[in-house]
Amino acid sequence: MFTTRKQYEPYVSPFDPCAPILVKTYVTPPNLYVGFQPPNLPQFPLHEALKKGTLWKIFYDPYYSPYEMANKGDGQ
Amino acid sequence: MWIYEKKLQYPVRVSTCNPKLAKYLIEQYGGADGELAAALRYLNQRYSIPDKVIGLLTDIGTEELAHLEMIATMVYKLTKDATPEQLKEAGLDAHYVNHDRALFYHNAAGVPWTATYIQAKGDPIADLYEDIAAEEKARATYQWIINMSDDPDLNDGLRFLREREIIHAQRFREAVEILKEERDRKKFF
Amino acid sequence: MKQMPKEYYELLEKLQAVDFALVELTLYLDTHPNDYQAIQQFNQLAQQRKHLKKQYETAYGPLQQYGNSYSNYPWNWNDTPWPWQV
Repeated sequence: MFTTRKQYEPYVSPFDPCAPILVKTYVTPPNLYVGFQPPNLPQFPLHEALKKGTLWKIFYDPYYSPYEMANKGDGQ
Repeated sequence: MWIYEKKLQYPVRVSTCNPKLAKYLIEQYGGADGELAAALRYLNQRYSIPDKVIGLLTDIGTEELAHLEMIATMVYKLTKDATPEQLKEAGLDAHYVNHDRALFYHNAAGVPWTATYIQAKGDPIADLYEDIAAEEKARATYQWIINMSDDPDLNDGLRFLREREIIHAQRFREAVEILKEERDRKKFF
Repeated sequence: MKQMPKEYYELLEKLQAVDFALVELTLYLDTHPNDYQAIQQFNQLAQQRKHLKKQYETAYGPLQQYGNSYSNYPWNWNDTPWPWQV
């Protein structure tokens, strides 16, 4: 399934002083994939567009902190 | 010329009196990838870029000024009624000694804003790639601030600003395609 | 202590929503100058924002100055709240 969150597993040394983070993630936002925006793409209704920060559904890609994810779980 | 409009672009809310968050937010006020740097970078590049993309640089540069005002509003709300004691606890003691509660164009580590944050090479492709990179860096900065913040209302405003960076990066990418002028032609090399 | 009524925030947000769509369409049209439908939507929203601006300014005072908004007597541009204060 397509996602704008990518993961990798960094090398872990037995001599690393901090507890290792086994999987690291990074963001690849939608603008990397769309190319030149084609006409007539679906839009959000006006009030929703303001709240989401974009008029165009294809570019909506919100970011939630791990803290918010744990509390609400409504992130990606 | 510019005409000020007496309203914010987005309804900014802050739910807790937490001046520590102001310390982080100032990164987007006077930091290298902050809103001031963005506005000045784009508005300054307009004078030496092909006519086809001047409108875009003008409009994104102007929107960045609106974002600067949003960040200022967040910092203002987070610090306006905080006591010197609270500011001290938040690590803003050095700021307080120099500025009281005044905003200042510096980054989260207190380094003052400098024109060297802005690139202006005069080469349209180099400058637009710089702009795309600046938008991605600003997007990342908002992610790191969101990670440090537990204020849901503040994060709502920060998510709006982060989403705008995605749109701006998209438009700058399109500007590059426009300047390449090969969009609808078959490519022969 | 002066405080703005609930209706103020509602009308302000209505204006912000229309203006935001206009910003989005402006940036889109900067790179898509031949999208007829988007231009139609833009002009229609511009019309809508004109009405909202009038409604807002009648109730809460000028949004712009240098002559882009009318003034009451006395001069009410200086009246609070400023955007960061609301």
